[in-house]
Amino acid sequence: MISSTTIGVLALQGDFAEHASMLARLGAQVREVRLPEELEGLDGLVLPGGESTTIGKLATDYGLMEPLRKFGQTKAIYGTCAGAIFLSKDAERKQPLLGVMDITVERNAYGRQVESFDVEVDVPAVKGLAPGDPPVRAVFIRAPLIKSVSGDAEALASLPDGRIIAAQQGKLLATAFHPEISGDDRFHRLFLNLAKS
Amino acid sequence: MEKQVATFEVKKGLAQMLKGGVIMDVVTAEHARIAENAGAAAVMALERVPADIRAHGGVARMSDPGLIEEIMNTVSIPVMAKVRIGHFVEAQILESLGVDYVDESEVLTPADEANHINKHDFKIPFVCGCRNLGEALRRVGEGAAMIRTKGEAGTGDVVEAVRHARTVLGTVRKLQTMPDEELMALAKELGAPFELVKETKELGRLPVVNFAAGGIATPADAALMMQLGVDGVFVGSGIFKSGDPARRAEAIVKATTHYNNAKILAEVSRNLGEPMVGRQVTDIPKEDLIAQRGW
Repeated sequence: MISSTTIGVLALQGDFAEHASMLARLGAQVREVRLPEELEGLDGLVLPGGESTTIGKLATDYGLMEPLRKFGQTKAIYGTCAGAIFLSKDAERKQPLLGVMDITVERNAYGRQVESFDVEVDVPAVKGLAPGDPPVRAVFIRAPLIKSVSGDAEALASLPDGRIIAAQQGKLLATAFHPEISGDDRFHRLFLNLAKS
Repeated sequence: MEKQVATFEVKKGLAQMLKGGVIMDVVTAEHARIAENAGAAAVMALERVPADIRAHGGVARMSDPGLIEEIMNTVSIPVMAKVRIGHFVEAQILESLGVDYVDESEVLTPADEANHINKHDFKIPFVCGCRNLGEALRRVGEGAAMIRTKGEAGTGDVVEAVRHARTVLGTVRKLQTMPDEELMALAKELGAPFELVKETKELGRLPVVNFAAGGIATPADAALMMQLGVDGVFVGSGIFKSGDPARRAEAIVKATTHYNNAKILAEVSRNLGEPMVGRQVTDIPKEDLIAQRGW
């Protein structure tokens, strides 16, 4: 059991409930965040999967963009899929982005829903977080591609063809896939370790 | 493990990404752009909104593939489209277009009076309507990866949406306190697959995402459905049959996110212009109710 850490889940739109229940199972205190004042006192924040245009618009309209950028300067943030897009500095298209991670992403890079897939991948960064270290089952839903990492960002995992699917920059973590729906909690454990450090 | 496409988890997964969002009916690419800019999580591409289908009469069918493709090329958010109940060839056509979700919908004229589509046969995921838990679980049994309560489409009257959501969610709540030996009798009464009844009890919710639809016309309607416990909302005629669609669309998106915040709900409900005219469900002859289509 991980000792009590308070984690926010951005609850503007998307699968925030799935993240919240996984974090709660790992022993974290979880709070839904819809307004800037709800960031107060959090040790870390999850940006869930969902539609990045919807999340970006609501974050802009409710004054969350600057508070979220400030939060990311000192605290841990984990973004999955739309959340990873939101963290990026460039999504090759005009939409609100936090721009706190030195990654460039391409939206819907694998195609439409018929091309969505799941696959097993080896991720050295989560070694030791599950008995026997089985491969991570990664679920990709209309997923973005992390096209490139630069500056302080580094790639954490790739598909066999070399396409980057996870990246880290200090306490900021991004995955193009959805551990919150596959039930594999190792990325959330990794994130909680970052939030506590 | 090799890469796998079209697993049930992947189909169900897209609906999970739509949660807390609004899916809007659009009939042109221009509507689709307005919906996306307003914050829609997805759009439903169709030729006529339900209010017009109701007014127009005649047989309502799958939309022109050209229109659907134009909408797919206009927006970056997921695009859904409707097929008639049981019309698996319309579904094959939509699958070949690559739409993100197919709605096997009672709003169109049913093509089969006894059977729905075997949705397991398809790579694309399906959403289906329901009025109660039995109907919901029959659709999941056929392979639906998302459920929406039906409400009464094209009316702007939320009463049926409330009835259906309360019926589904109320039965799920009742299931929680039932001893296991009563589940088979309940499955028989509901006309639902036993294994899915059991799974619903274990999960404490439907095994797939559950949105509300049919009659949602205002931000308050959307927030009402969210507070009742659905995962998100479909808005059909309510937006583009109103006086100021862009503004109302955005207000309904905000109300769906901030459904528990009355102050924000008051703010977004201000100066929205004329709502859709609407038609009271109790004024509609029973045989003309759309929600009764589906078996």
